[in-house]
Amino acid sequence: MAKTIPSLADIETITIGSRPPGRPDDGGRGGGERPPSLPEGSYRLAMLFALASIGMLFLGFTSAYIVRQGLGEDWHPFSPPSILWANTALLLMSSATLHRARSLLRREAIRESLRWLSLTTLLGLLFLAGQYEAWRQLTAQGIYLSTNPHSSFFYLLTAAHGAHLLGGLLALGYLTWRGWRRRLLLMGTPDHLKRYGALVGTAALYWHFMDGLWVYLFILLFLWR
Amino acid sequence: MTQAVATHEAPKSFIRRYIFSTDHKVIGLQYLFLAMAAVTIGIVLSLYMRLRLAWPTERWPLLAKLFPQAMAGGTISPEFYLSLVTMHGTIMIFFVLTTAPLGGFGNYFLPIQVGAHDMAFPVLNMLSFWVTLAGFLVLLAAFFVSGGAPISGWTAYAPLSAIGEIAGPGLGMGQNLWIVSIALFCIASLLGALNFITTTLNLRTKGMSMTRLPLTVWAWFTTAVLALLAFPVLLAGGILLLLDRVAGTSFFVPEGLIVSDKILPHKGGSPLLWQHLFWFFGHPEVYIAILPGMGITSHVLSTFARKPIFGYRAMVAAIFAIGLLGFLVWGHHMFVSGMSPYSAIAFSLLTLSIGVPSAIKTFNWLATLYKAQIRFTVPMLFALGFVSIFVTGGLSGIILGQTSLDIPMHDTYFVVAHFHLIMGVAAIFGIFAGTYYWFPKMFGRMMNDALGKLHFWLTFIGIYAIFIPMHILGIAGHPRRYAETAGFDFLAPLQPLHVFITIAALVTAAAQVLFFFNFFWSIWRGRRAEINPWRATTLEWTIPSPPPHDNFGPRAPVVHHGPYEYSVPGAAEDYILQTAPPTAVKS
Repeated sequence: MAKTIPSLADIETITIGSRPPGRPDDGGRGGGERPPSLPEGSYRLAMLFALASIGMLFLGFTSAYIVRQGLGEDWHPFSPPSILWANTALLLMSSATLHRARSLLRREAIRESLRWLSLTTLLGLLFLAGQYEAWRQLTAQGIYLSTNPHSSFFYLLTAAHGAHLLGGLLALGYLTWRGWRRRLLLMGTPDHLKRYGALVGTAALYWHFMDGLWVYLFILLFLWR
Repeated sequence: MTQAVATHEAPKSFIRRYIFSTDHKVIGLQYLFLAMAAVTIGIVLSLYMRLRLAWPTERWPLLAKLFPQAMAGGTISPEFYLSLVTMHGTIMIFFVLTTAPLGGFGNYFLPIQVGAHDMAFPVLNMLSFWVTLAGFLVLLAAFFVSGGAPISGWTAYAPLSAIGEIAGPGLGMGQNLWIVSIALFCIASLLGALNFITTTLNLRTKGMSMTRLPLTVWAWFTTAVLALLAFPVLLAGGILLLLDRVAGTSFFVPEGLIVSDKILPHKGGSPLLWQHLFWFFGHPEVYIAILPGMGITSHVLSTFARKPIFGYRAMVAAIFAIGLLGFLVWGHHMFVSGMSPYSAIAFSLLTLSIGVPSAIKTFNWLATLYKAQIRFTVPMLFALGFVSIFVTGGLSGIILGQTSLDIPMHDTYFVVAHFHLIMGVAAIFGIFAGTYYWFPKMFGRMMNDALGKLHFWLTFIGIYAIFIPMHILGIAGHPRRYAETAGFDFLAPLQPLHVFITIAALVTAAAQVLFFFNFFWSIWRGRRAEINPWRATTLEWTIPSPPPHDNFGPRAPVVHHGPYEYSVPGAAEDYILQTAPPTAVKS
């Protein structure tokens, strides 16, 4: 029986580098040659699915919110502290600056791009500080997590969003730091730049999603009836 | 493009190689061993319950050594019985039925079967395992805290689970640990699922089109999508539950609840909200457990029937349909919750419609076997056993899917029998089929055939001996979750059935010792396996056993054939490897 089994050498394989880059004619994208790194778009793809998952988390919270709102007479919504409007503006601005950073990166204007990336990180930090300030103002008014269901959801949703945004902030901060540290290297080799661009693109996808998510939560908490 | 190829050599140090490994094969084995530890604990817990049910007044001083506090005096109190119910269910569903088929076999074989050198994100993969393990340890810790393990069941229904110690033993710290454990498990599942999805979509080798994927890969892929979308909803529910418990919020606790002569301060929450969030996750979870078993069964049936799987595309469509419908039927777990009869009808119709893709799968399995020259190897026996148990458990699902029948049966042993067969035992048979089938590839040795067959027959008969009588208990109206039946006259004549079930369970559990012995003995002493002992077609059978660190070495396979080209007319052998040259078949 052993004789009928082809050995490794009989199996057709192609060695590294024999296939021109790009999508193979038929089927898979990854193989053919041993991939030097992940196929293009893998980070982005994984991020899209991760965002679907995060979306489900907030969808779960939303359905609880809607059900709970419809339940009792104890639902006493408070009006948004004015700082939340400023925070929203900051976060929207950060999406714009991040977009600018990416388009500069695509044009290989690295130094300028890194400046805009740094500004984005700073705006994100300011947003989180502003959210904290909103919490502080509310607690000063005597509105706590357990005060009423609306305030419970306010603290829960802002905390959950803030924790996710903090993850994005860490990613942006890391990429900015790495960019400044290795900017010469970046300018030197197109491959590094491409990889860096893909990482920034993936982080941007996450960031824009968090931005949109905040707008959604803001509407859900204060404007939607 | 002249890019340096990333080196992919095996790490040298023991810790990087076997403990904090990023190799999908090592991680797969870690998941499998975790599942083995978990299943052992889960079985022991179930035997404690069975002993209590069969001989309620007996003292068990020896058994009490394991739980000296909870079993003070050597008896199992009704409260401790509920702790056992909770922990048995949670351990089995999360750390066995989700961990072994997806985390274990999926991790080990998905990258190989698509022709990749590893998962897309090896570090995330490693984290996924370690977070799962942390979740498991946190769960076990619940046994050892003051009050012991929670008594609220694996479904943790509010308000019982939401109001703390006042509601009963184990509902203090034990319940908190339960929630933390499940939250960790949710996060780990997300990391794992991202890898499965990205690897399947982006790392397939040349020629491995989606329609050439083995059905195992399709099953793991769909399961990963379900996990990705279902677990976050459980996480959301878990966070709300924890806040109700520790932060004084009222998401799930209604107003004016009086427990132990005390009015609770919560107000306005809805226990039903928890049920909706829980079962929106809980029903897809059933498919997370069973779909990989369906994939393995299809794969193994085709191999040992020496025939292509019947209706490959229909099989893929059915997996998807089951996955999709799984998100629309959660309400059938809540027929007795007082839901509107109109929504109950909708949930009922959707539930019954799952019978269609399930029947497609079953008929295709039977059609694959039709006129086949079946080789009754041990993995084949377990795959056939899977089909048998899937049908038996599925038929009672059609009964329970109808509101008018579910309402009287819901809180009886009929449901216990149903879900154990369809989700527990069927999935376990899928795991056994996978273990016997892939063992030669994972360890380079064969498992003992005679022991394997003995294990199969004892388990197969034992399982039916346990669960068929449970249906009868249920039809007779025996309530589930009760430790004590002494006070109910109508249950007294059913006691001999309990004794019978317990004896069957003890024998079946003892038969698993055969499996564990066979497994560990064969790792070191089994007959050496060839590269392709089953004469199968997929990519894992083209590489050495066990596979080297980077699976395919510096070269990647090129695929020219579908996954189930068995007994192709004109071919030299009765199987064609996926990597065989396109000219392997003379037309």
